[in-house]
Amino acid sequence: MKLIDCAEVLQAEVLVPVADMEIDIKVACGADLMSDVMAFACSSNEMMLTGLVNPQTIRTAEMMDVKVVVFVRGKVPGDQMLDLARDKNICVMSTPLPMFTACGLLHDAGIKGKGE
Amino acid sequence: MKLDFVIRGSDFINAGEASSGTKKALTRLGISPKAIKRAAIAMYEAELNAVIHAGGGNAEVEIFSDHVQIRVIDNGPGIPDVELAMQEGWSTAPDIAREMGFGAGMGLPNIKKNSNDMSIETEIGHGTTLTIMIRF
Ligand SMILES: Nc1ncnc2c1ncn2[C@@H]1O[C@H](COP(=O)(O)OP(=O)(O)OP(=O)(O)O)[C@@H](O)[C@H]1O
Ligand SMILES: [Mg+2]
Repeated sequence: MKLIDCAEVLQAEVLVPVADMEIDIKVACGADLMSDVMAFACSSNEMMLTGLVNPQTIRTAEMMDVKVVVFVRGKVPGDQMLDLARDKNICVMSTPLPMFTACGLLHDAGIKGKGE
Repeated sequence: MKLDFVIRGSDFINAGEASSGTKKALTRLGISPKAIKRAAIAMYEAELNAVIHAGGGNAEVEIFSDHVQIRVIDNGPGIPDVELAMQEGWSTAPDIAREMGFGAGMGLPNIKKNSNDMSIETEIGHGTTLTIMIRF
């Protein structure tokens, strides 16, 4: 699904857009534990949903080539984090939905989890 | 090509900059994305360990034609039982690291998984040097 359509499904506000909002997102992961993201989630054009708001979520995304970070439950990171994401060319959005609902809606829309 | 980085202890804002710099350098050299990702993952885990467990340190990265050697050196407390530290799930990470989403005890096993060779030299009270080799 196109990144821009993912945003719509999630009723999300795009806080940091990327040049190409039409990139195809196939795989997503939901995690508050960055250790797990580092150890397991690993795929291209991946989207990461998280309730954890700190700069290391952006850093982890950078290392794992995660293109999009979605903060759930309406969490909005501060300017410093948004600047970091801009610098790393990572798209950031915020959805009012809780983690389970956000993941469920994306899955219904055809986004897969790793290894599915 | 040789790169040197300073890693500041307990600095969770900048933790990852050394790994990011290395990833960028490898990308500019046109190394395969798979090898770059393995190097980035392994180095980021090592960098975080220096930040979280050892009060910081420094990183020395040497890029050769067919591999990269990453060395993360700290003057921290050392690792009393390396075999135990290598086990998945073993962690002594403080709360501040857990609040950042780390401290699952997955870092060292993950470095091993992503590298072609890894060695740990550690001395109690003096520090730890982790050497990682990634073949392209
Ligand atoms: N550089 C270091 N200096 C001192 N102790 C270390 C160092 N690196 C690792 N350790 C010890 O080894 C344990 C296991 O490290 P490992 O990286 O596997 O897990 P972690 O850092 O606790 O959690 P995670 O990496 O999943 O965030 C640590 O909790 C710590 O006790
Ligand atoms: Mg670790």
